[in-house]
Amino acid sequence: MNAATDAILKLLIVDDSNLIRRRVERSQRFDRLRLVGSAGDGVEAMAAFSRTDPDVVTMDLTMPQMDGIECIRRMVALKPSVRILVISALADKATAIEAMASGANGFLNKPFTERQLNDALAELLR
Amino acid sequence: MLHERELKVFVEGTTNFFEVAAQQPASIGSPYLVEEPLALHEYSGLIEVTGKREGVVCFTAPKTMLAVLLMKMHETDFGHETMRDLVGEVANTISGNARRDFGNDFRISPPRVLFGETPPIEPRPGARTFVIPIHWRSHSAKLVVALG
Repeated sequence: MNAATDAILKLLIVDDSNLIRRRVERSQRFDRLRLVGSAGDGVEAMAAFSRTDPDVVTMDLTMPQMDGIECIRRMVALKPSVRILVISALADKATAIEAMASGANGFLNKPFTERQLNDALAELLR
Repeated sequence: MLHERELKVFVEGTTNFFEVAAQQPASIGSPYLVEEPLALHEYSGLIEVTGKREGVVCFTAPKTMLAVLLMKMHETDFGHETMRDLVGEVANTISGNARRDFGNDFRISPPRVLFGETPPIEPRPGARTFVIPIHWRSHSAKLVVALG
């Protein structure tokens, strides 16, 4: 047993779609994640981030109020160790590069299957 | 002006959405140009496009189709808010995926959802309005692409 890799990690889900938030919540990787909050826009996300201090964040990019890239920059500035998986429909390379350069650790394009989501989360938690 | 060859991006995006999200491919009809106001189904998700192209992308579908689509996505909530969420998500996904071909200057807004008896979509000045018919199981929906 490795205490570091088996630790339960706090998860914050950020997406303006309830459907996507619930899909992430249902993920099979939840045995290692404990949901501590969810948010539907960037401003809510930052408030939830400060309140819950998550270890892992799933992040949409196209959202009202504050976009996901700005959220990533702010979250990483506050907590450099946070692991962020972007889940977005934006499929151009420049956006993926910008997200990763801003501090994201993974990028999953919508639409996605359950397996793709689980694989992306597993990769993030490795 | 949107060219017929560019429509392929949206046809492929629509095909991909149903294949991946619903795990059951949709049959896409031949796109056609409309010059008259276009009536919408019960639920519509509308994305405003700015930047390199200007206009709208709209996914419009009847409630019955959305209910089956939600079931295929393992969703257990079939309420009004979930239906609204779904049409917005379909429109957002197809429009966002189009950036693979159009680039990141194809800027898309968060989805705006229309419900019930809404005014028809009016053709936009300086844009050509195409309808992409979507047939899935026994249901029909439309993707409307009006880009200048």
